[in-house]
Amino acid sequence: MGLISRMTTLIKAKLSRILDRAEDPRETLDYAYERQLQLLQEVRRGIVDVTTSKRRLELQRAKLQASLDKLTEQARQAVANGREDLARLALERKAVAQQQVAVLDQQVAGLEQEQAKLEQAETRLRAKIETFRTRKEVIKAQYSAAEAQVRINEAVTGISEEMADVGLALQRAEEKTEQMQARAGAIDELLASGVLEDLTAGPQDTIERELARISVSESIEAELAALRRELGSPDQPKQLGEGSRT
Amino acid sequence: MIVRIATEGQYRLESAYFDQLNAIDNALVEAIAASDEARFKALLADMLDLVRQHGKPLPPEEFVESDVILPPPDTTFEEAKELFAGEGLIPG
Repeated sequence: MGLISRMTTLIKAKLSRILDRAEDPRETLDYAYERQLQLLQEVRRGIVDVTTSKRRLELQRAKLQASLDKLTEQARQAVANGREDLARLALERKAVAQQQVAVLDQQVAGLEQEQAKLEQAETRLRAKIETFRTRKEVIKAQYSAAEAQVRINEAVTGISEEMADVGLALQRAEEKTEQMQARAGAIDELLASGVLEDLTAGPQDTIERELARISVSESIEAELAALRRELGSPDQPKQLGEGSRT
Repeated sequence: MIVRIATEGQYRLESAYFDQLNAIDNALVEAIAASDEARFKALLADMLDLVRQHGKPLPPEEFVESDVILPPPDTTFEEAKELFAGEGLIPG
């Protein structure tokens, strides 16, 4: 088997390392139990990290939404005053902010998924640990019995696989959260750099900016037309004085 | 047969489905070799759905080693390629 056997081998290779620690089988049980509690703590910290990152993105979204509202109002005022050039500029800035809002929405949804996954992993692991703790005490009490060694191996192997798997889930969630944090940092820079104030500055390169312009120009035209109709302005844009162009 | 979907959990699956799993796995290998990402994604989803649909989730009181472990549901095409290159999903 291709992908399945690779995956199985990978996880199982991780298990033997957890198992090969203690010499006394009873120590193995205690050691495994300690490791489980540690892992549970790590998963809980992971959940906190994901939640914190999500909150940060939601805050950014709120800021962008505020600038969207402001720019919409500015565009309206500009059209009311016959300054279509300013209205166009405001709508262009608004389009940039709108694109970022869409990106943020996707990222928040992604982090929500990671959060749900980790919460499920936490529930699963907590139940397993509780069962393991009970079983550990039973096995230790009956340690004289010959089959104890076999039962220790069974219990430890079963939980070790669970731990390796939860560890993998945690690691993947952390990686995704780090990626999102890097992108969130980029949006912070965007907000701070004033790209929403001045479209000619900012981290996006010229081609990207041009592409963004092309993709949004249609919606700008439509929205301009709607504003004109709403305010009863003539359909033709007004000719503006030379000095008013920026 | 005990099947684990990595990062999701364990299922008890009748051995009768083993051949089906194997067939999808072979097709997955071909899709990766052919750099066919869309097919890879569809096949991975098929494989996991087969287990979720026909398998019974294992209760937490059971400590059983899995017979086979399937890749995580969010495995990317790049990760699957790395899995074959030997890098794997788990560093260290």
